[in-house]
Amino acid sequence: MALSHEEVEKVALLARLKLSEAELEKFTTQLNQIVGYVEQLQQLDTEDVEPMAHPLPVTNVFRADEVRPSIGTDAALANAPKRDEEFYLVPPVLD
Amino acid sequence: MDLIHATAHELLGKLDRREVSAEELTRAFLGQIERLDGQVRAFLHVDGDYAIAKAKLVDGKRAIGDPIGKLAGVPIAVKDVLCTAGRATTCGSKILEHFVPPYDAFVIRRLKEADAVLIGKTNCDEFAMGSSTENSAYQTTRNPWDLERIPGGSSGGSAAAVAASMAPLALGTDTGGSIRQPASLCGVVGMKPTYGRVSRFGLVAFASSLDQIGPFAHDVTDCALLLETIAGHDVMDSTSVDSPVPPYTQTLDTPLAGLRVGIVREWFGVGLDGEVEASIRAAIEIYRKLGATIKEVSLPHSKYGIAAYYLVATSEASSNLARYDGVHYGHRANEFDDMIDMYSRSRAEGFGTEVKRRIMLGTYALSAGYYDAYYVKALKVRRLIRQDFDRAFEEVDVVVGPTAPTAAFKIGEKTEDPLSMWLSDIYTITANLAGIGGISVPCGLTKSGLPIGLQILAAPFEEERLLRAARMFERETDWHTKRPKL
Repeated sequence: MALSHEEVEKVALLARLKLSEAELEKFTTQLNQIVGYVEQLQQLDTEDVEPMAHPLPVTNVFRADEVRPSIGTDAALANAPKRDEEFYLVPPVLD
Repeated sequence: MDLIHATAHELLGKLDRREVSAEELTRAFLGQIERLDGQVRAFLHVDGDYAIAKAKLVDGKRAIGDPIGKLAGVPIAVKDVLCTAGRATTCGSKILEHFVPPYDAFVIRRLKEADAVLIGKTNCDEFAMGSSTENSAYQTTRNPWDLERIPGGSSGGSAAAVAASMAPLALGTDTGGSIRQPASLCGVVGMKPTYGRVSRFGLVAFASSLDQIGPFAHDVTDCALLLETIAGHDVMDSTSVDSPVPPYTQTLDTPLAGLRVGIVREWFGVGLDGEVEASIRAAIEIYRKLGATIKEVSLPHSKYGIAAYYLVATSEASSNLARYDGVHYGHRANEFDDMIDMYSRSRAEGFGTEVKRRIMLGTYALSAGYYDAYYVKALKVRRLIRQDFDRAFEEVDVVVGPTAPTAAFKIGEKTEDPLSMWLSDIYTITANLAGIGGISVPCGLTKSGLPIGLQILAAPFEEERLLRAARMFERETDWHTKRPKL
């Protein structure tokens, strides 16, 4: 099935990518090619196949709930593009 | 032979015999970088003073007889997706241009404990997404065998650094072939360990169920030595397996008696270059001559590998790369309307085209209404691919075949056609989906002098077998001793 320009715009919004009109055009064409290519998977009958999300059979891995040293606020915030003392600065979320 | 062209194990011998100091060695490799990297462009960051300071420290330890690590004084290059505390780590992306990690990746810690000398961080496709390094936001690395051609990718900088004798060892990462394919194209040894063999702590994530860190080297012995150094359990990565790491270097030279070698029927079809095929067939004959049983095996679902991979890998990437939000670290747009606009502009400005394309595909594959048809379907096909390997490894000990369908292609040749670029990973990608280990070893040169690689795969956690099988081949040939003329 073909992806429309509007659908690609919606995916860009979900992905939080502000794409230019030229990028939207290009990705609409390319995503349609790629989706057309991956369509071949539908040829396979996978009715009774268990999905494999992970190569290892590990499930929950627990450890003792002990306090260990951590990197500390300053190091953690050192790469923040905008900060105020020990806080990350973000644009207003509520009006 | 010049110091810079020697292997790490030869260099360790010279260091132990005091024929050379770690400082002299480090200066020699820095000299080679100085001389060649303007053309090859393998490195994103080189810090000579830092490397020399470490080398002097190691020389000091040797002089007074202090205990030293197993790579003491040997320079190593590291792909720029591995976090180095206090030193830039860009992932080949503009979004992380000014990022300085607060901690070391597990493998970096291991290298430091082994007294290796970190000589620089290497170029790669942005967030390891690509097969040529052309997706790096900073530079395209050149293939040292032909500067008009790509070195492969995504770990192209690491492969080129070793091939051009700018470092005897390097680390890369392999999500769909990103170690084995550039190793093949640059004429060096490259290994993707079994998923879980090496901790991913401090590896900037691309596709978490596929990513694995592994070595680049001139020969199999060095590859074993480096794997021994970095493998093992780490509490910080719960997918790293808590099982003993065999002493790979000790068993390496013992040939495998009664080795059963599988030849994958599906790997010798359309798309495989004739010269590559001839080299692989010649390699198979070497195994036959060594007494191995050669048996044809089938991986019937391997033709679906690329399709399944590009749904699984992009889905995981779209989720992993959601962390680049312009808040915690990385690029933030200067102008925006509101919070969501800030996210969207920061990401659009920071990411390159391939990364955007993959985030878009992954977001689509995970979105309401398509999740089952694309993502879950791909996971089911992934299991079929794993089952193909499980069946094959009941009949044979290893499978061998080409690492890549062609030798290195020209810069720019495939950049406008993402699907044709993705197809260059056709023989490597299924090992990542299955989670098994694989190695690429040099096995020939084309008439125009471009390297060809032999891929060997084995069942999960059979690295010892993989390395011994690779070494059996290497002993019979001299391809691993060839160096490009630069």
